[in-house]
Amino acid sequence: MSANENSSGGGTVEYIQHHLTNLCAGDCDPVTHKAASFWAWHLDTLFFSIVLGALIVAVSWRLGKNLSADTPSGFQNFVESIIEFVSTQVKDTFPGHNPLIAPLALTIFVWVWLMNFMDLIPVDLLPVIAGLFGIQYLKVVPTTDLSTTFAMSLTVFILIVYYNVKIKGVGGYLKMFLFHPFGKFLVPVNIVMSIIEELAKPLSLGLRLFGNLFAGELVFLLIALIGGTLATGLAALFWLPLQVVLDLGWLIFHLLIITLQAFIFMVLTIVYLGMAHVEDH
Amino acid sequence: MNITVTLIGQMAAFVLLIWFVNKVLWGPLNALLAERQKRIADGLAAAEKGKHELELSEKNAKEALRNAKLQAADIIAQSEKRASEIVEEAKDNARAEGERLITAAKAEIEQEVNRAKEQLRAQVASIAAAGAEKILKREIDRKAHDDLLKDLASQI
Repeated sequence: MSANENSSGGGTVEYIQHHLTNLCAGDCDPVTHKAASFWAWHLDTLFFSIVLGALIVAVSWRLGKNLSADTPSGFQNFVESIIEFVSTQVKDTFPGHNPLIAPLALTIFVWVWLMNFMDLIPVDLLPVIAGLFGIQYLKVVPTTDLSTTFAMSLTVFILIVYYNVKIKGVGGYLKMFLFHPFGKFLVPVNIVMSIIEELAKPLSLGLRLFGNLFAGELVFLLIALIGGTLATGLAALFWLPLQVVLDLGWLIFHLLIITLQAFIFMVLTIVYLGMAHVEDH
Repeated sequence: MNITVTLIGQMAAFVLLIWFVNKVLWGPLNALLAERQKRIADGLAAAEKGKHELELSEKNAKEALRNAKLQAADIIAQSEKRASEIVEEAKDNARAEGERLITAAKAEIEQEVNRAKEQLRAQVASIAAAGAEKILKREIDRKAHDDLLKDLASQI
């Protein structure tokens, strides 16, 4: 990081660029270290998302073994309240009954929230620690990687198509493309509209989450830059407290955003799948 | 920032995570919550039932108490009546006995009076005869003047 502070303008861009570059493996550009084609693995994204997933697994495993019906412990109460919250959302917005929806929604909510939470960890902390082990690039927030957000939204999309076909039948699903939303006299328009509508679902799901978190990360980087580039000599007395105050403010605000984004992703998933379960549109 | 093969890895991780959360967390916890809900509902129903039974038995107890009181009052009233009856009977008996005794005494007194009168009459006759003997200074044939003497005695 300290190398970036030497030249003022270029250093700032470089600092941000550096922070927004994934740890790439496979088919990567040797100079920019960006993915050169589809066949590049973002190791940091995979690592953090899987570690957080494993955290959920481990906690679930431990909790699932020590469930107590009569005297729930503090943590079980906490998890129960999350589950009841998700359960209420599903009951309120999902028509009919599908045993997959609620666990899916719960997984999305918790996993997305945890991945978002990585954003609240000081932006330089983990990359610096990784640098000590010789890892040059590290992007710690998996949800600022389009691969992650689209992985989830595409999975949801596959489920949407699956349940549409399962509930309405192949014919029924195709009929929806033909006669929705303008009736049988505007079939070509209907086809275009419906395809856009269906494709917009995974696209908006993935892009919304990515955009919010990417922007949030960027703001954290900019706030970090206040201290990083301007705090030299006596000026540090002014800029460092400002950085702390701004960082605190954005942290608190971002805590709201990450929860909201996780919640929105979950609710939209429920809503989209609910639409797939409705017989007549 | 490009979409890479990471996408496929993330999708696989996501699907596995959903499966696992469903298996280990959602399933057991949801079953647990449902069971707890049922138990609470059962407990509340039992409490309600118990309350109802308590009310019922309280009502029964009150009813029994009331009946017992009524019965007791009844018994007391009956015995009081019986007691006054016995007293009345005794009074009647005593009155009758007294009257009987009085009648008997009266009869005896009458008898005594009569007897005394008889004796008196006999004595008066002899006294009158003796008086007349002294007055007339002669023996009076008792048999000849018996009628006169009896007449005299009956006037006493």
